Amino acid sequence: MKISRVALLSTLVLASAALAADKMLITGAGATFPFPLYSKWFSDYNKLHPEVQINYQSIGSGGGIKQITEKTVDFGATDAPMSDEEMAKAPGIQHIPTVLGAVVVVYNVPGLEGLKVTPQTLSGIFLGKISKWNDPALARDNPGAKLPDQPITVVHRSDGSGTTYVWTDYLSKVSPDWKSGPGTGKSVNWPVGLGGKGNEGVTGTVKQTEGAIGYVELAYANQNKLVPAIVKNRDGAWVKPTLESVSQAAATVEMPDDYRVSITDAAGKDAYPIASFTYILVYRDQVNPAKGSALLQFLWWAVHDGEKAAAALDYAPLPKAVVHKVEGTLKRMTVQGKAVLATSK
Amino acid sequence: MQPASETLAARPPGRLSRIAEPVRTNFPDRAWAALLAVLGAAVLVVAVVIVFALWKLSAGVLKHTGIASFVINSQWDVVRDVYGALPFIYGTLVTSVVALVISLPVSVALSLFLTEMSSPRVRTVISFPISLLAGIPSVVYGLWGLFVLVPVLRTRVEPFLAKTLGFLPFFQGPPLGLGYLAAGVILAIMILPTITSISIEVLRTVPLSLREAALALGATRWEAIRMAVLPYARAGILGATILGLGRALGETMAVTMVIGNSPTISASLFAPGYSLPAVIANEFAEASGALHTGALAALGLILFAVTLLLNVAARTLVRMSTHGPSRAAS
Repeated sequence: MKISRVALLSTLVLASAALAADKMLITGAGATFPFPLYSKWFSDYNKLHPEVQINYQSIGSGGGIKQITEKTVDFGATDAPMSDEEMAKAPGIQHIPTVLGAVVVVYNVPGLEGLKVTPQTLSGIFLGKISKWNDPALARDNPGAKLPDQPITVVHRSDGSGTTYVWTDYLSKVSPDWKSGPGTGKSVNWPVGLGGKGNEGVTGTVKQTEGAIGYVELAYANQNKLVPAIVKNRDGAWVKPTLESVSQAAATVEMPDDYRVSITDAAGKDAYPIASFTYILVYRDQVNPAKGSALLQFLWWAVHDGEKAAAALDYAPLPKAVVHKVEGTLKRMTVQGKAVLATSK
Repeated sequence: MQPASETLAARPPGRLSRIAEPVRTNFPDRAWAALLAVLGAAVLVVAVVIVFALWKLSAGVLKHTGIASFVINSQWDVVRDVYGALPFIYGTLVTSVVALVISLPVSVALSLFLTEMSSPRVRTVISFPISLLAGIPSVVYGLWGLFVLVPVLRTRVEPFLAKTLGFLPFFQGPPLGLGYLAAGVILAIMILPTITSISIEVLRTVPLSLREAALALGATRWEAIRMAVLPYARAGILGATILGLGRALGETMAVTMVIGNSPTISASLFAPGYSLPAVIANEFAEASGALHTGALAALGLILFAVTLLLNVAARTLVRMSTHGPSRAAS
């Protein structure tokens, strides 16, 4: 099956290469979450540099990691950082954070706006321990709100996804029971609830089921005018999920050189606690001279000019400090052993 | 569309290959025969290659878990690499059975009405939307199910069933809408055109003389259908049911959208479940690690086996239900 996918992809690559014989074609594959932004980046960049054409297939983070590991694409993209096991199979791979995403809690209780939830309540609900909307834990945080005596229907993603990874990573951090129970992953063994396919499946189920609660991406929630819950962060402040509060989550974190860092449950009064980076995956040393330097130039453009397009599409841009660090990383990257950006920038 | 059972039925049993063999004399005939043989063999080769590829992918996880415990274990925990297929097998079987229970009587009644009772004009008018149903993509069925069927099930059908038949274990628990029942109903609608259109063709092959004989003996129309038409067409209708069942077992998209995607086993049809194709579609794209990918491939292998077993069982049923050696070939 792996072979056939590779074959399919290479056929596609060959076919598109034939169409654009005089242009340089850079191919990438991976995460679906940043796809709308990446498409805009590639088309904007193509207008600035008509000779560079970037073709991206949003086949999912897992597929992106597989493709870049097998070097059938020039870059991969993933929401959840690669595991140590995956890194070992792709020596020389570098994570480049591009933007931030967040996971928001959506619910369906008629007449209830601005639900406030603590991490403990959230994990309790998703573990099945809190099963009624008028549970004391919810009533305590929502004084004055009319909470119905209704069972809570938990809705989660049924397809493996980076959104689920971020969500379960957060729950694992705030709840020891979750950590020792379902744990962190793109698909986990849910103690309770219904599975919806994709953000739209979860949203559809939540919208139709009175008393339902689920989680979706911030961008999807914003575009569909869903009213998310307000979550208590690590510093005890109630935070609405906005692009600013999501960017704040990345501002305080200690950034390692490989950028593989979880920013869920981040410190900081204004930080929204369920956020994550999404990454582009490239090899630190590029083998193809023309493509390699074009790819590095593009990445430089993306984390600078590209970031400006992010907010309009509901992605949180990287904080300044992170952009600065990425600059250093890009400058250290090489094409056939020679640094490209270090001299030109 | 001539069902296999009828074409084969015309031949004497046991001598099929001999009779079917053409006399090969000239080159074009031989080339044609060779071409057909290659094309025919290709189908088999593809099936074998698929099984082999799935086997190779899943060998690791089957060794890790053990084939028997993979099939009977009901825990599916990707994070801890614990893989058990039972909830998916159960969900696939339950939804297919629900679909057949709903669809079979409706399809047979519909085809009887169209062949035995309605005027040709009515037949044309009704047959068209039935064949149209077969052409609707399954994702459209799924969306319709999620946005139209599921709310109706949750607010009306399931409370009604719980009130009237709630003493049965099948109709207990909170009405969620999403679950085995929703998936079964969607599948019933999806396989209805398959069973109906083949049943119509089968019923058309019932000789007019049989009906006339029954009527001449003083049978009412219903008695003629029951005693003359249905027994003759039984094998063909069973064949149609097998085809419908095949579609129900393998249906992915529509089921995924309405079954609730929860790997649990529950006697109640109101409960959310999961099916073999649904979990493969859900998890394959993001499956990382050889064990997870392998486990999904193993589920594909099980789906293959389930389909095969059910086909064999249904064929045996056809054979048992038909009398006389001339019809055993089906």
